[in-house]
Amino acid sequence: MGVRKTDIVLLDDKGIRCDGRKIDQPRRIMIKAGVLKNANGSAYIEFGENKILAGVFGPRDVHPKHLANTDRGIMRCRYHMQPYSVSERKNPAPSRREIEISKVIKEALEPAVMLENFPRTVVDVFIEVLQADGGSRCAALDAAAVALADAGIPMRDMVSACAAGKVADTIVLDINNEEDQEGQADMPVALMPNLGKITLIQLDGVLTPQEYEKCIDTAVSGCKLVYEVQKNALRDKFFGDGAQ
Amino acid sequence: MDDIQRKYVIPGDVITTGPYRAEENVHLFGDKIIATAVGVSEVFDSGVRVIPLTGRYLPRIDDFVIGIVKSHTSLSWELDINSCYAGILPASDVFGRDFDPKVDQLTSRLKTGDLVAARIANSDRSRDPLITVSDRDLGKIEEGELIKLSPSKVPRLIGKRGSMIQTIENATKAIITIGQNGYVVVSSEDPDGLLKALDAIKMVEEQAHVPNLTEKIQEMLGSNSE
Repeated sequence: MGVRKTDIVLLDDKGIRCDGRKIDQPRRIMIKAGVLKNANGSAYIEFGENKILAGVFGPRDVHPKHLANTDRGIMRCRYHMQPYSVSERKNPAPSRREIEISKVIKEALEPAVMLENFPRTVVDVFIEVLQADGGSRCAALDAAAVALADAGIPMRDMVSACAAGKVADTIVLDINNEEDQEGQADMPVALMPNLGKITLIQLDGVLTPQEYEKCIDTAVSGCKLVYEVQKNALRDKFFGDGAQ
Repeated sequence: MDDIQRKYVIPGDVITTGPYRAEENVHLFGDKIIATAVGVSEVFDSGVRVIPLTGRYLPRIDDFVIGIVKSHTSLSWELDINSCYAGILPASDVFGRDFDPKVDQLTSRLKTGDLVAARIANSDRSRDPLITVSDRDLGKIEEGELIKLSPSKVPRLIGKRGSMIQTIENATKAIITIGQNGYVVVSSEDPDGLLKALDAIKMVEEQAHVPNLTEKIQEMLGSNSE
């Protein structure tokens, strides 16, 4: 392998990654539910160096009215990065990447939310990335799912998301920014943990079929770790210390 | 009654498996019964349900609700009933059968912002819920202080056979009207009583999941009056 511009060691001989984690170790995850007063539901997540705020409104009247569906509710999602969320100022206008992520997050949440109970309404999900550090779509999805539960919108299951990828020919859990830039593959996965169904899977990079299987298994195990944090966030808000 | 099993759940939690009937806020997946809302699950005789701790009001026929007038057309008012749908109050309900949209001004009876005690007359998936004021004790609410609660906390505010609400009313001499949709109107001649009643209701909202809340409210109201 040739020497790259940034000469970081992604994985050393002892199996330690560039930020000091083991290959199957996620970054630090902290979620807080109900942080905004004016939204029906909200959540704040810190996923490594990612800092993301999600707010949910609804179900409420659809405007413009022609978007309304007479036999089920609809969902709209906006993923937006603040200009100061990255090291070089980001233009606040929605970029191609943000539009794509808004779409995939919406499609990852839709199977979980029981929109058929609320015909002619809309559930709006707003996600603001305050600080980005690789894997922000997964973190945003985790926060959005907690915000939806906080808003009391009926859900079949939570949605937990975590990425896995290939770095220095090894499958690792929860890719950070450096690994995303320099690594060989990145695979975000979202899971409904109790139903065992995957609602989002993307892959950027090349994997062999065996690596692909292993990558999914690794990401799913990460999703289950995230799920525990999401559960605790909701329990903390609604049941206080008396939670079972 | 005591053989009901309760536990705190969040969406996705498997409450139980087996031949139970899936009632409110749960769904059946294979043989698993899964919660769909944050709340307290109850497993009784043959059914399973979740009492939600958050979420909007879903109109049900015959519910008593308090609405806030949002707007009107020439034939009906639109009321905010704390739901994802607006409550429709037909003008003929207020003006009577000889209502004539050419002559009768809707604003002469109910203006934007007015509070109305009403009942859900009809509600289904296909249209906005129809509400009515043609019954005893229904109609415009002339005075009082509005408090907005989560609809899920209403049963707690009423208490077992009305114990909680009676405690508050007796201690503060306030008159409390509770809508199933979580809107509550408190009125009292005595401003101190009004403030005490408002405090008590806020306390019920904040501590809805705490056991023996009625005694705590009694204590709080008792200590305040001394």
